[in-house]
Amino acid sequence: MAEQKGMTLNLKIWRQAGPKEKGEFLKIQAKNIIPDMSFLEMLDVVNEELVRTGKEPVEFDHDCREGICGACSLVINGNPHGPEVATTTCQLHMRKFKDGDSIVIEPFRAKSFPIVKDLVVDRSAFDRIQQAGGFITANTGAAQDANCIPVPKKNADLAFSSATCIGCGACVAACKNASASLFTSAKVAHLALLPQGQAEREERVLKMVAQMDAEGFGGCTNTGACSAACPVEISLENIARMNRDFLAASIKHR
Amino acid sequence: MADATPKSTGKLDSKAPSGPIEKRWDTHKFQMKLVNPANKRKHTIIVVGTGLAGASAAASLGELGYHVKAFTIHDSPRRAHSIAAQGGINAAKNYANDGDSVYRLFYDTVKGGDFRARESNVYRLAQVSTAIIDHCVALGVPFAREYGGLLDNRSFGGSQVSRTFYARGQTGQQLLLGAYSSMNRQVDRKNVEVYSRREMLDLVLINGVARGITVRNLITGEIESHAGDAVLLCTGGYGNAYFLSTNAMNSNATAAWRCHRRGAYFGNPCFTQIHPTCIPRSGEHQSKLTLMSESLRNDGRVWVPKAKGDKRSPKDIPESERDYYLERIYPSFGNLVPRDVASRQAKFRVDEGRGVGPSGEAVYLDFADAIKRLGQAAVSEKYGNLFDMYEKITDENPYEQPMRMYPAVHYTMGGLWVDYNLMSTIPGLHVLGEANFSDHGANRLGASALMQGLADGYFVIPYTLGNYIASNPLPKVDISHDAFKASREDVSLRLNRLLSVKGNKTVDDIHKQLGKIMWDLVGMSRNEAGLKTAIESIRQLRSQFWSDVRVAGESNFKNSELEKAGRVADFLELGELMATDALERRESCGGHFRDEFQTPDNEAKRDDEHFSHVAAWEYAGSQGDKVTWTRNQEPLNFEYVHPSQRSYK
Repeated sequence: MAEQKGMTLNLKIWRQAGPKEKGEFLKIQAKNIIPDMSFLEMLDVVNEELVRTGKEPVEFDHDCREGICGACSLVINGNPHGPEVATTTCQLHMRKFKDGDSIVIEPFRAKSFPIVKDLVVDRSAFDRIQQAGGFITANTGAAQDANCIPVPKKNADLAFSSATCIGCGACVAACKNASASLFTSAKVAHLALLPQGQAEREERVLKMVAQMDAEGFGGCTNTGACSAACPVEISLENIARMNRDFLAASIKHR
Repeated sequence: MADATPKSTGKLDSKAPSGPIEKRWDTHKFQMKLVNPANKRKHTIIVVGTGLAGASAAASLGELGYHVKAFTIHDSPRRAHSIAAQGGINAAKNYANDGDSVYRLFYDTVKGGDFRARESNVYRLAQVSTAIIDHCVALGVPFAREYGGLLDNRSFGGSQVSRTFYARGQTGQQLLLGAYSSMNRQVDRKNVEVYSRREMLDLVLINGVARGITVRNLITGEIESHAGDAVLLCTGGYGNAYFLSTNAMNSNATAAWRCHRRGAYFGNPCFTQIHPTCIPRSGEHQSKLTLMSESLRNDGRVWVPKAKGDKRSPKDIPESERDYYLERIYPSFGNLVPRDVASRQAKFRVDEGRGVGPSGEAVYLDFADAIKRLGQAAVSEKYGNLFDMYEKITDENPYEQPMRMYPAVHYTMGGLWVDYNLMSTIPGLHVLGEANFSDHGANRLGASALMQGLADGYFVIPYTLGNYIASNPLPKVDISHDAFKASREDVSLRLNRLLSVKGNKTVDDIHKQLGKIMWDLVGMSRNEAGLKTAIESIRQLRSQFWSDVRVAGESNFKNSELEKAGRVADFLELGELMATDALERRESCGGHFRDEFQTPDNEAKRDDEHFSHVAAWEYAGSQGDKVTWTRNQEPLNFEYVHPSQRSYK
C-alpha cells in the first residue's frame, strides 16, 4: 500500500440519546486519518476507538457506501453531505480535509425528520409522500409490449434525470424552510414526463403535494439551496414542473 | 467435522415438471390450484426484505388482494441493496434482431452457470424475462431509449447478443424504485403494510410449518412477533461473510441462517461470484469495495505489463510491452469472457507478479483506444457516472490513465434450497431472489440478478403461493401461540448472550479476521489443504467470538453494534459451511475453482459423473460452538443443454 500520512482532526459530533432527550456535541479527536478514507470510514475509526474504550459508538445511517442508496446523511460544517458538490457523505473522501481541521457533524435537522438517536433521523415522511401518489397504476401482467409506448429520447432522458433522486433528504436539510419540494417534484416530474404517467398526472400531483404539506414540510421560496446541496444534482426545474402541474390540476379539480 | 456422507432424502423433491421444456411452466400454472378472490384478503403473507424480489412480490400479492406485511431492516424499503446494481437487466426480447430468443437466453444461462442449475427453472426465467420489461416500462421505469423512442439494448458480460436493458449505470436503482412505487400503491390501497427498521431474527414454525417471524424493532429494541399463512424470504445474499465485498454494509445472512437452523436446507453454499471489475482495496481502513459495472468491459481493454514487477506508470509502458491477456487467451470473447473466467485470469496475473498499482493487486482496464475511436464525449455519455465515481474514490482520472481493477466478492449463487415453486424444505417458507440458490448454477451471467429477483417476485410467486395457500389447511394462528413466545425467548437470550461476553475484540475485528480467512482460502481458488485450514480457523475464531467479543450498548435502544454482532455470529457458522461445501465438491465449476481440478490450460474442470447435483446442506444440530450438517443431493439432469466444457476461446 502507498504510504499516506495520517491526519488528526478535531471533531464535534452531535449526540442525542433519543427523540425527546437533550442533545450535545461530543468533542473528540480522530487520529491517523488517511486521505484515501471516506468520511464514513473516518467515523468507523472513531467508533472502533469508542467501543475499545468502553463507550457507545455514534449512531449514523449508512448502507451502500456507493452514493446510491440514500441512507447516509449528516450535515458537515454546515453543509448537507459535506463541502464537495454533487457528492454523498459516503463518497466524500478525507483528502478534502487538512491535518488539524475542525469538523462539526450534525444530523439533518427538520421538524419533519425527528431525531432517532445521535445522527440518525426518521425520514419516513418521504415514504408517505410517495405512498400518496408516486406511482403509476399498472397491475403486474397487464402491460402490453414495452415497445408499444415510444418515448422521445429527450423526454426519457429528462425523466431519468428526475428519477435519479436517492431520497436522502439533503434538500430538506439545506432549505431554510425545510421544504420537501425538490424531493416531491422529482417524482412528479419523472412520471409527468412519460406517456405512461399521463392518466394519473393531475391526481398524483394534488395528492403528493397534499401529503407533503400534511407532513409539516415548509413552503418553497425558490432559493435553490436544495438543488445546490443535492448529491445527485436534481434540477430546480422539477419544482417548476410540479408547480405548473399543481396549478393546472387545482383549477380543474376545484 | 461435518458428516459429509451423501444422502438423498424425500424432502428434496424439486417438483420440476416434465414434458417439453417450453410447455412446462404453462402446464404447471394450469395445474396449480387458485385461491378464491374473496378469500385472498383473509390470508396474511409475510415478506421479509424489500429489494427487487421482496418489493415486487409484496406489490404483486397486494394487487391480487392478499394482506401483505413487508419487513425491512432499513429506514425505508427503497434502501435495499438492489438499488446499487449498475449494468442492466436481461430479457429475451430480440429487439436487436441479432438472434436472441427465449431458448438462447435459457441456453446461455445454463451454460454460463457451468451446468449446475435446474433446467426447468432456468427456462421459466428466460420465458418470463420479456414480461418483466413490459411491466417495468408500464410502471414508468426510464430505460435508455433510441432516438425513435424505442428501447435501447446493449451486450453485457459473456453474451454475444444485445439483450440487456439499462438505465445509464443505475438500472438497479430504477427497477427498485419501480417495484417500490408499485408496492407504495398497495400501501395506499391498504393491502400492504410496511414495517421498516425491523430485523428478522427467527422463523416461527407451528407443526413444522412456517407460520410467522420474530423481529427486533431496531429503534426501540422491542422483540415483536408477526403471524401469517406463509413467509417469503427475500433477504439477498451472503457476500459479506468475506467482510470486504461489494455488498452494502447492512447486507447479511441472518434471516436466511436462522431459517436454515430451523430446517431449511442450504443449497451450494460454496458458489460465490467474484466480480472481475472492482476498485482495489486502498488500505486496512477499507469498509467495503465498490464495483465498476461490467459494461465497462465492452469498451475497456484489460492488460498488465509483460514483465514481472514493472512499476512504470502505465503511460510509459509501450504497446509492445503490454499483455492484453484476455484478448490473447480468448480471441473470440476477448474482454467479454464470463465473470468467473475474467476474475481468475486477473488473479493468475497478480500471482505471477505482474499486478499493478501500489499494492500489486490490480490489473488495468484501459479506455485509451475507446476514447480514440469514439471520442471522449461518447465514452462519457456511456460511462460518465462510473468514471466520476472511480475518480471520487481513487483520485485518478480514468480518461487520462487506465483504471485499476481487481476482483471482489459480489454475489452468491448459493442460498436456501427451493423447489420449482420457490418453497424451501420448510413448508410455507418460500425464498426469492439472491437468497435462494436456484437459477444461476455455479456462476451468474451479468444482468441476470435483476432479472431473477423480479421474475421471482412479479411472475412466479403470485402463482405458486396461491397453489400453496389453496392446497393446505392452514388453521388460524396468532402470536399468543406458545411457539411465538418460545421464539421471542430464544431471540432475547441470544441478544443478551452477545451483550454479556464483554471481551476485548470489537465485532469488526473478528469480522475482518473471518473475511481474511474466507478470501485467502475460500476465495477465487480453493484447495483441500487450504479448506481444511479454513474450517479449523473459522471454528477457533467462532470460539473466540463467543468468549472475547465486546458489544457496546444495550438491547433496548438503537444499537448498531448489537445488530452487527448477531450477523457476524451467523457468518461465523455460514463461513464454515461454505468451506465445508467447497471441500466436499471435488471438482471445479463456474466460480468454484479447486486447484486440484483444472484443465491443462487452467480452466475449471467439472466432474459430471460425481457432482452433477445440488448439494443441499441440512443443519444437524450444534453442541456448544460445534455445528454439524448433513449433505443431501438433488441430482441435476440435462435434457436440452448437454454439458460440455465451456469454451470462450
